Amino acid sequence: MDEQFEPKLIGILCNWCSYMAADLVGTSRIRYAPNIRIIRVMCSGRIESQLILWAFRSGADGVLIGGCNPGDCHYQEGNYKALRRVTLLKQMLPQFGIEPERLRLDWICASCAEEMRKTVEGFTAQIRNLGPLRLQTPPLLKPIKIEMEVSRHVEA
Amino acid sequence: MSKPKVAFYWCASCGGCEEAVVDLADAILGVVEAVDIVFWPVALDFKRSDVESLYDGELAACFINGGIRTSEQEEMAALLRRKAQAVIAFGSCSHLGGIPGLANLYSRESILNRVYLEAPSVDNRDRVLPKERSEADEGMLTLPAFSDSVRTLDQTIEVDYYLPGCPPPVTLIVNAVNALLSGNLPPKGTVLTGDKALCSECPRNATKPEKLSLKELKRPHQLIIDSKTCLLNQGVLCLGPATRCGCNAACLSANMPCTGCLGPTSHVKDYGAKALSAIASLLDSNEAEEIATLAQRIPDPAGTFYRYSLPASLLHHRAGNGRT
Ligand code: SF4
Ligand code: FES
Repeated sequence: MDEQFEPKLIGILCNWCSYMAADLVGTSRIRYAPNIRIIRVMCSGRIESQLILWAFRSGADGVLIGGCNPGDCHYQEGNYKALRRVTLLKQMLPQFGIEPERLRLDWICASCAEEMRKTVEGFTAQIRNLGPLRLQTPPLLKPIKIEMEVSRHVEA
Repeated sequence: MSKPKVAFYWCASCGGCEEAVVDLADAILGVVEAVDIVFWPVALDFKRSDVESLYDGELAACFINGGIRTSEQEEMAALLRRKAQAVIAFGSCSHLGGIPGLANLYSRESILNRVYLEAPSVDNRDRVLPKERSEADEGMLTLPAFSDSVRTLDQTIEVDYYLPGCPPPVTLIVNAVNALLSGNLPPKGTVLTGDKALCSECPRNATKPEKLSLKELKRPHQLIIDSKTCLLNQGVLCLGPATRCGCNAACLSANMPCTGCLGPTSHVKDYGAKALSAIASLLDSNEAEEIATLAQRIPDPAGTFYRYSLPASLLHHRAGNGRT
């Protein structure tokens, strides 16, 4: 029997809503797929595209960004910034051969434990379907170390 | 006393960097006065054996432009590294991968197919592809290997300093040469220009509003660009806010937007991602559909934001399994 592919997912969730929801999932002992590793940030507006690409480069098969509902961001506008960045980034990912579905943005309110569960379950299934992300960022990018022969250098 | 020896070399590049050396105009006389140029294939007739016969470390400095794609470029970079006390990555291609680095959006195979089989101007009925070794009447002929991706110079050998730009601005070259000659050098790994965003030296900065927002995005041929006002304020995509200073806003003086050739400041790891974030944040809408429509006004985001820096980016190359 083929072994099922278990995707590695990174969730970057804002402190005030989506992280609270994930916390509530835990305290309510609701179960969901164990594939996601969650990182808490203060606001989804803090999530710069570099961090998302860093996650992919470090081996993530999918990245979930979670923020507060429109109008509910603790810092007023952060989630709109996240929406603009993710939109443009998703437009670029196919040029790199990365399916845009591997990046997902969701608004999840602080008390929405059930929605959090569904999101993570759905995302895990979706990425499992897509299969692993194979990037060509080989360790071969380290420079060659060259030892110089100092001894041959004699001053005339 | 003998003069310090220097070398220039080119890898995957267009020749513009060599032109920049010539653009030194009379300043080049000062350089020639102060140093001995012992290797410069584009201008003077030297051979690889001339470099091989140098002592290790005999070159005070070697300026290498171009990205690294072939085995020959890799060998020459390693050879010159061995012979030089200081290696300076010269120009965007060497520093970050440059325009030839955009080839990393395609696989090696698709590049060869396109160039030798599919391009409309190609007549190659026997479907001959270049090979590293081929038998001929004269004997075995060899070509350098064509690797899977374009690399930056510092992904190939250790690099001491970077002279950014496509090509590097003349003042930066002169400053670098003077610093090398006087021995008054910044820490190893420094990019030899300022570390602020281009906007800080742009004459249009005063007309850049505190809170910028892009209601629409226009390409330079779609409007008559006002020559005094900040380009972002006119709806033209300018990458000045994400790009290092040092060129005196040369493109802006020619009424064209900054396309990012000097690369990022030292605080940024991935230029394109940073520039994308900066521009995306300015899109003036909170509605998903409207944002998508605005974003579509940038038809080639990878080419726009990674024009000079794809090989140095976090992703480096197109992924192996994409369906798209
Ligand atoms: S955005 Fe461009 S035009 Fe505006 S100040 Fe910065 S560099 Fe100058
Ligand atoms: S605090 Fe949740 S999106 Fe800003």
